[in-house]
Amino acid sequence: MIRRYAQLLACLFFAWALPAAAVIETYDFTDPALEQRYQSLSNELRCPKCQNQNIADSNAPIAQDLRKQLFVQLEAGASDDEIRQYMVDRYGEFVRYRPSFSGATAVLWLAPAILLALAALIAWLTLRRRGGQAVAPKQALDAQDRERLSSLLGDGDERQ
Amino acid sequence: MPARLKLFLPLIIFAVLALFLVRGLQLDPRELPSALIDRPFPEFSLPALAGGATLDKAAVTGRPALFNVWATWCPTCRVEHPFLIDLARRGVPVYGINYKDQDEPARQWLRDLGDPYTAVIVDREGTLGLDLGVYGAPETYLVDGDGVVRYRHVGVVDDTVWSETLGPLYRQYGGEGGQ
Repeated sequence: MIRRYAQLLACLFFAWALPAAAVIETYDFTDPALEQRYQSLSNELRCPKCQNQNIADSNAPIAQDLRKQLFVQLEAGASDDEIRQYMVDRYGEFVRYRPSFSGATAVLWLAPAILLALAALIAWLTLRRRGGQAVAPKQALDAQDRERLSSLLGDGDERQ
Repeated sequence: MPARLKLFLPLIIFAVLALFLVRGLQLDPRELPSALIDRPFPEFSLPALAGGATLDKAAVTGRPALFNVWATWCPTCRVEHPFLIDLARRGVPVYGINYKDQDEPARQWLRDLGDPYTAVIVDREGTLGLDLGVYGAPETYLVDGDGVVRYRHVGVVDDTVWSETLGPLYRQYGGEGGQ
């Protein structure tokens, strides 16, 4: 049992370690808070070249350039929103894994909530219909059944 | 009869899904619209590959032209090169943006393969590329006479691309030649 827990713990440990190892270059930040923001921004910005990776995970030249740009701008005191806007101005809304809410992205943002509500509605309707049947006990044991049950379970005397 | 209709529900769901998936297969996920479409070409001040004079936006805009992002490390650029030479011969101004490359191999490349470019902007650090939203090479931008970016093509420009998309747009924005 303890061993099982130890294995699980080891798995978790490595799961945490992976994202940290993903960034290739290291930058010396003047402030640890900047490094925190660097990590979170590079995880949320998408690499335009290798389209299913964020710029933290990708070693494409363009991802390196964008990470460098991220570092330079963070050190220059740009806010997160300014940096996101800088990237969007050049690479379009595409570079954000968390796109802003707009007409084009409304479906993206609202679909999960709508689908969840729909699923809840279907579940509620189904359960209510079924529930109506389940609440009334289908068959109570009558005297004959009870007799048969006790004979199956063995001698009635021992039980009572 | 609703119970009967319910039997068709999986089929309907399948049809809707299939519709979306078929549409998805026809879309090319690599075809990103440039964020700079209908916006001014970025300001820059970078050396020219030949001579080493400094080029800026005013020096390269003023008439409809193509801006071709290329580099010697890009094998696809070699494929594209003969067609660019052909375009230049037909009177289309093509500016080169030598993207994250080294000058000497780039000059050698133009000596070996021919030089279609009106001028080549040396973008060694990729700063102009970043402002343009370049994410690889080759990429070709159509810039109109007012210095506004009108179209971006990612990948090789060949006869098909030119005659179907780039060429008609070039003429629409007042470009001459290229017939």
